[in-house]
Formats: sequence, structure tokens, C-alpha cells
Amino acid sequence: MTLTNPPQAKIDIDSYEAGFLLGLYERMVQIREFEEGVKFLFLEGTMPGTIHQCQGQEACAVGVCTALEPTDWITSTFRGHGHALAKGLSVDEMLFELFGAATGCAGGKGGSMHMVNMDKGMIPSIAIVAGGVPVAAGMALAFKMQQTGQVAACFFGDGAIAEGAFHEGVNMAAIWDVPVVFICENNQYGASTHVSKVMRAATIAERLSSYGIDGRRIDGNDVIAVYEAARRAVDDCRAGRGPAFLELLTYRRTGHSRRDACHYQPKPEREQWLEYDPIVRLGQALVEAGHATTEELDAVRKQILTSFDDAVERAKTQPQPTLADLTTHVLA
Amino acid sequence: MTTTTTPKRVSIAESLRGAITEEMERDPKVFCLGEDIAVPGGWGGAFTVTLGLEERFPDRMINTPIAELGFFGVGVGAALMGMRPIVDVQYGDFLFLAMDQIVNNAAKMCYMSGGQCKVPLVMRAPVGATGRGSQHAQNLERYFIGVPGLKVVAVSTAYDARGILKAAVRDDNPVLIFEHKLLYGSKGARAESGAIDASSEIPEGDYVLPLDQAAIRREGNDVTIVGWLLTAHLAQQAADRLADEGVQAEVIDARSLSPIDFATICASVEKTGRLVIVEEGPKTGGVGAEIAAGVTERLGDRARASIRRVASADIPVPFTPVLENAYVPDVPRIMAAVLDMVKG
Repeated sequence: MTLTNPPQAKIDIDSYEAGFLLGLYERMVQIREFEEGVKFLFLEGTMPGTIHQCQGQEACAVGVCTALEPTDWITSTFRGHGHALAKGLSVDEMLFELFGAATGCAGGKGGSMHMVNMDKGMIPSIAIVAGGVPVAAGMALAFKMQQTGQVAACFFGDGAIAEGAFHEGVNMAAIWDVPVVFICENNQYGASTHVSKVMRAATIAERLSSYGIDGRRIDGNDVIAVYEAARRAVDDCRAGRGPAFLELLTYRRTGHSRRDACHYQPKPEREQWLEYDPIVRLGQALVEAGHATTEELDAVRKQILTSFDDAVERAKTQPQPTLADLTTHVLA
Repeated sequence: MTTTTTPKRVSIAESLRGAITEEMERDPKVFCLGEDIAVPGGWGGAFTVTLGLEERFPDRMINTPIAELGFFGVGVGAALMGMRPIVDVQYGDFLFLAMDQIVNNAAKMCYMSGGQCKVPLVMRAPVGATGRGSQHAQNLERYFIGVPGLKVVAVSTAYDARGILKAAVRDDNPVLIFEHKLLYGSKGARAESGAIDASSEIPEGDYVLPLDQAAIRREGNDVTIVGWLLTAHLAQQAADRLADEGVQAEVIDARSLSPIDFATICASVEKTGRLVIVEEGPKTGGVGAEIAAGVTERLGDRARASIRRVASADIPVPFTPVLENAYVPDVPRIMAAVLDMVKG
């Protein structure tokens, strides 16, 4: 997997103010620590269910969602915690959901794979691979028909690109010129299968071009590169030039799910990508530019950890749904 | 279909077309999505239901590629954003292609979001064996009645089609409407041989029908016959001939398949003591099984005789007319089941 700009390249932050950059940093650390904390809670058995995590892919969620307005919408996947946090869902409502509480963002009925907040522009994450692609096209069709100026951002992974739903949804978005940004987080593995085993083309972007959608492969571990590409894509969509596509090359630091130890990721490859960590890279750029000291960045992380720990304590005492809730909400 | 003297007598295809037109005029969020539904000079869908609507609503008749999974997903997405899409397949058999979007997304979004989402999506699907072999012929109802979050209805008259379509459009839940190819009354090149007249006098003005109620088509005290779509008509024909033999059958058009209107069916069976369920489609795992089980649970010994099902053999739909005719339940088989039960 090659890049025009190798992922170890320095992140170019020159045109941005410190406040904006620190905001990006904080949101990425928020996602990382949320995922690390959740992993611990899961492994120690405090939390029920299963988890699919996004450590290493934080720049994708944050870069894209920063380019969106609060009135824009996202669709996500089974690996959706990062997208949800980046779109503005609170740690509390998500943790409560993971604990199965009645106060969770889906009342305990959704769980890890169906994070949702319809007031914050996130429909329930769709855990069927590529299932959200046609749905996002339909959301964008609604925006276009009603001339609302909104944009749908559709997250999926490299595992989705062989699904029929992906091709059908992308094609319809293209022929109807609807305002949707398709975002492929190419973390290079669909579960344990490398993307090169499921695709003959060199890039996912080139497959999209066959649908008449321009798209580029971008360094998905450079939050500024992601943000700038997403900004252009969102602007294009809002100007009626949608749909758009972004291939964000990235890497999953953790297992596909639960206790997956990633034995299929070759050690040299894994170690190399750990060096391209999106949070470390932005942190280095911030320090080098004099926007923050290492100690200040560490304090950001500590603050986030403290709030997370507080949220966990709250989550443990949240009310569980009662059996009366079993059959509610089947119908609207 | 014979030429009618009163202009208000319409076929199911015309009735659905009128209802869709009126709903689109009433609410700008209503739109249609499907294959070959908006092509000038085209067919108006496989059975003429949307004929000419693209001239009236050029921006709201969305013609799709042949991609059922994709455009049912598009319907789900648009519905989640407040639109009220009417999505159709040319043949019910193609619903299998869209299954993931219907079952995993449309039907579950409300529940798995803790009630935050609603998916006001209308889905229309023609079913029934009509000389097209195994893959343009199945009755798909059985596959959807056990999907929580989905309302399933079947229209067998033009009057019902209008009221149920309108109710479905105004409902905040996904509603799957089954229609029968032999009942549409489609005209011209899309006419069906062997069609049954399902036309109705349509009253002036707007009306909706409940999505959870069966209709009693004929009253009787000796036996209850339940059918829907084509078999609702066959049951009435059988009842007419049974009357000549002194047997008064009560005929119920189940109409709502999810939920099943057990109140109406059980009240009838309590009166008659006998139940015959007539289903086009394999007997095993059919809607009839669910009706039979539900009635048995509710009535227990109050049904005097055992419940009978008249259904198709457990086979794919065959092509050749001699076999296809044997596949679809017919009046003699319904009569035989009833007479056996009444005299047994």
C-alpha cells in the first residue's frame, strides 16, 4: 500500500491556529482513551457484549467530522465509537449504552454496534458491512429533494468494497448527483483478510472513478490532510457537485473485535504503522510549532482519562431497562 | 375485465395509481422509487400502477437502476430523513435481493435506536403464479410476517387497495403491501391472462383503512374460510358453490398479515367451529401455519373440528399450465376440504 505522501511525512499545520489544532488533538485523544478504557472494561468483564474498536484510525473520524456542520449527518459501522464521539455524542451516553443502561443513547437496545443520536446527526450505526452505503445515498437524496443544503457522510471500511450494497449505493448516488461523501477507512484488513486479497485494483479510489466519482487516496493518519480533503468534498457536495469519495489509508492498532490478537498483521508492518500513529504525529507537529509542550499535551490526556473514569463510575450505577421495555419501540 | 358503465368503478392498478397521486399531491414528502416507474413511453412499473405519474411529478418519480438492495436502502435513508418513499419491486421474488435493507434496517431502526428513529417506508410487491416459472411467481408473505417492526398487508380489492395504500403512506412504520398479479386489472400489453375482476366502486373523497384488520367478505355459520389476495376471491367462489350444497361458509379476507387480526378470525371460528385456511404457496412454513397456531392457542377446544389448510404442494412454482394449475389452490380443492370437514 503506497501513498503519494508517505504517512511518516510531517503534518503541515502552518495555516491553522493553535486552538483549532489542539481541538483536533483533544478529540483524537478522547477517542483513543475511550477505546482503551472500553477495551479494559470489556476484558475485565465489567461490560457486556462485544466491541470493534478504532485505535489508530482516530484522524479519519475527527478529520471528517470537523469538516461537517452540526446539521449534517453521518452513517457509521460496527466500528463506530470514534465516529460517534467525533460527531458530538457524549462519553456518558455512549458508555451508558455499552453498559446496557436505560439512559444509554439507544436506551440499552442498541449497544456497541448501533450508536445513535438523531439530535446530533447520527442514525444508528449499521453493523451489516456496506449496509449504510445505500442508506447514506438515500439520506442525501432526501436532502437534495428538499433542498436543505445538508450533506451525508458515509463511513465504511475496506471490507465493504466487495459488497453489492456498496456498488449499488455508490452508483445511485453518482447517477443522481446527491450530496454524500463516501469515506473508506482503508485500514487494510477486512477482519483478518488483507485488502490485496479481495481487490485487483491498486487503490479503492480508482474503483470509484469507474462510477464517475473522483476520489483520491489520502494519508488517513494525517488529520489535517483528512480534514482538508473532507472540507473540499463537503463543499463540493453542498455546491451540488456531489457525491464525493475519500480513501483514507490507515491502520488498525487493535484487533478486529474482542480478543483478536492480530496475528495476521506481519510484525514489521505493524511496527512501522505504529510509528505513523495519528495522535503522535499531530502531537509532534504541535510541539515543534510551539503550540504546546509535551507536558501540556500529557495534561490533555490526563484530563480526558479522569473524566472517562468518572463516566465509568456513573455508568456502573445507571438504571437498567425494566422488562416492561422489552416490547416497546418495536413500532413507531 | 369488462368495460364498466360507471366511471368510478376502477381496477386495483387504477386505484393504487389514484391513491399514490393523491398522497403525492397531499404531501410533498411522498415520492416513488423503483424500476421502470418513470420512463416516458414506458410501462408505469411492471403492472402499470405508476403509469403517467412522471408527467405529473417529474421530480418525485425516481427511476432506479436494477439494484433492489441498493434502492430499498435508499428508501430507508430517505425515510429516516423525513421523506415518505413508496418503493416497489417488479416481482415480489426480487424482495430477496433487498432482504438486508428491509429486515436489518427498515424493520429494526426504531427498536435498536430506543425509539428515536422512524422509517415511514411503503414497499409494494406483486406476487402470484402467472405462467412465469419459478422465479417470477412466489408468494413472499410468509418470509415477512415474522419480522418485528414491519407491517404486512395484502390487498385483494380496488377499494381496499386505495384505503390501505393511503394508510400505509401516512403510517410512521415500514409497511409492506402485497398485491396479486391476477387482481391488478392491468390493461394493454401488461394485461394478465387468467385475471380475476377485483375492481370496486370507489366513493368520492379521501379514506383510509386500518392496517390491522381482516374483512368479512361473506357471512355464514357452518365454516370459516380464510384467504387473502387471490385466495380471498377463490374462497368466495367456493362459498357461493357450497351454498348450493347447503353449506353456509363465512369468508374472511385476512388482509392484514402482520399483525394477523386474530380477533376477527377467532370470533368467526367460535361461531362456525371450523376453519379452512387457503394459501397460495407451499403449505410448510406458510402464513396459514401461523393463523392455525394462533387460532388454536386462542380457542383451544372451542373449535369443534380440526383446522385444515388448503395450500400449494411443497414445491417451487412450476411453469407448464397443467402443473401450475395444480400448484395454485382452486375452488374444487377448497370445497372438498370444507365438505370433508362439515360431513366428517
